[in-house]
Amino acid sequence: MSATTSSVAPSVQVERVTQVRVLRSEWVKMRSLRSTTFTLLAAVVAMNLLAGVGGAVFNARWQHLDPIERLRFNPIDHSLRGVVLAQLAVGVLGVLLISGEYATGMVRSTLAAVPTRLPVLWAKTALYAVTIAVLMFAASLAAFLVGQHFLQTHGTTLGAAHAWESIFGIAGYLTAIGVLAVALGFIIRSTAGGIATLFGVLLVLPGLGSLLPTSWQDHTIPYLPSQAGEAIYAANPDPSLLSPGHGVLVLVIWMAVALAGAAYALKTRDV
Amino acid sequence: MIEARGLTKKYGDKVAVSDLTFSVRPGMVTGFLGPNGAGKSTTMRLILGLDAPTSGSVTIDGAPYAEHPKPLKVVGSLLEARAVHTSRSAYNHLRALAATHGIGIGRVHEVIEMVGLAEVARKRVGGFSLGMGQRLGIASALLADPSTLILDEPVNGLDPDGIRWIRDLLKSLAAEGRTVFVSSHLMSEMALTAEHVIVVGRGRLMADMPVADLIAQASTKVVTVRSPQSAELAARLAAPDVTTRVVGAGIEVTGLTAAQIGDAARDLGIALHELTPKQASLEEAFMEMTRDEVEFHTPSATADDSTVGAA
Repeated sequence: MSATTSSVAPSVQVERVTQVRVLRSEWVKMRSLRSTTFTLLAAVVAMNLLAGVGGAVFNARWQHLDPIERLRFNPIDHSLRGVVLAQLAVGVLGVLLISGEYATGMVRSTLAAVPTRLPVLWAKTALYAVTIAVLMFAASLAAFLVGQHFLQTHGTTLGAAHAWESIFGIAGYLTAIGVLAVALGFIIRSTAGGIATLFGVLLVLPGLGSLLPTSWQDHTIPYLPSQAGEAIYAANPDPSLLSPGHGVLVLVIWMAVALAGAAYALKTRDV
Repeated sequence: MIEARGLTKKYGDKVAVSDLTFSVRPGMVTGFLGPNGAGKSTTMRLILGLDAPTSGSVTIDGAPYAEHPKPLKVVGSLLEARAVHTSRSAYNHLRALAATHGIGIGRVHEVIEMVGLAEVARKRVGGFSLGMGQRLGIASALLADPSTLILDEPVNGLDPDGIRWIRDLLKSLAAEGRTVFVSSHLMSEMALTAEHVIVVGRGRLMADMPVADLIAQASTKVVTVRSPQSAELAARLAAPDVTTRVVGAGIEVTGLTAAQIGDAARDLGIALHELTPKQASLEEAFMEMTRDEVEFHTPSATADDSTVGAA
């Protein structure tokens, strides 16, 4: 490793910082971490593995199912059950996008380059949302086909009512979870804290809701992100859930509130 | 040109930086000196807008850092804690920073060459030694060819070769007319690189002057004298503002210049075998200046420790 004592070259082309340039920078960052590939791969594999194995098991046990179970069975929902695992992978990576920068100190380099700060939040959120939307659409389409293949005669086709709605719904729900996770990462900053909070909202709050009186449950639980998501993607939804349209609206509000909090935290706090 | 006016930063009750007013001028290396915990890193974060001041303000080339449309062109910085994602390669780290300012890949390779990291540029930064990390930090700082450089303890972890390289680099950058602001807790290091120093202790400004003046001011007038008649000479020199102390075969005289002592010895007919004015070392000068300002005294220190420890 030899060091040269040359001074700085006189003419380096330097442009002003714009949102598009920050997007390019964040794209380089996102692709240059191995954790990105691994985590997204885990999400895709989880969805397809659950669809395949679940389909095969259900198909093999069909003769032993009781009539009510057969009646409740919906081949679309059954093949897309992997969403409960995929959302965890998507959530973890979303939090890591910024909590990893706080953990390593990278955030100081990032914000020294972009001292107006907010372009970093918008760039990370937008890039992650588009990445998740595209990838998870492909993953849920694949999971649908894998699931139907292993369900054999009990499966259905893409022509079935609500098939495409469910596939798009899954992609949309996971995108919303991704955005929530990025925003939480900006607010909480620590990887452990961010992931714990997200999992709490997704997995624990619906369970805790059952402690409430039934009349209150109807006015709270359906508005949680996980239940609002189910209202969007379920082909055979639970009657307690919101309508798909309201589900979308509720998720949009969750994202807007989280992003507003993230913007405020990023803009006002010391690094 | 960095200009701080009444810069103050409190973290809760703790005052990290208190009413700092100073200017860092272009064309020379300005040292930023103080014991650990004196507020050097905080001041640098305030300059870069990473922390917001409790009161006061700081500008670079006339405007706050965040208001410059090309911030990396205005200031290149190396902050104390490593500011790199450990899982990313040096090359990708620099590429991501360069992208924010539309800087080409060619320049990225150029700074990698310049700091001597070409062989390891594709490896994960997590495996870098402290010295390699510092070199990457310097590369990031130089990326956009900035007019001001702010470097926090840049020689930390470098081998002697690297330290010499940094010194030469800083001097050549300053010679090109840039503003170079370098912090250190080592006075001796600053004496070799800086022309001007700003000294802080517990967040307050202690000195802002040329290095040469600081040394002169801090040098106490101690003269070592050896003579066959040391005891007699000591007795004859005695005066209210003159103290003498027996050290080995000679005496140390405080309060008189070497010339005054030599003249006195001649008048008294006393032979002198040695007459040496003692220059206080830079380190001593610095210790003297900041003695009461270090955040935590070692346990053997003075009785009023309680007031210090509570800070």
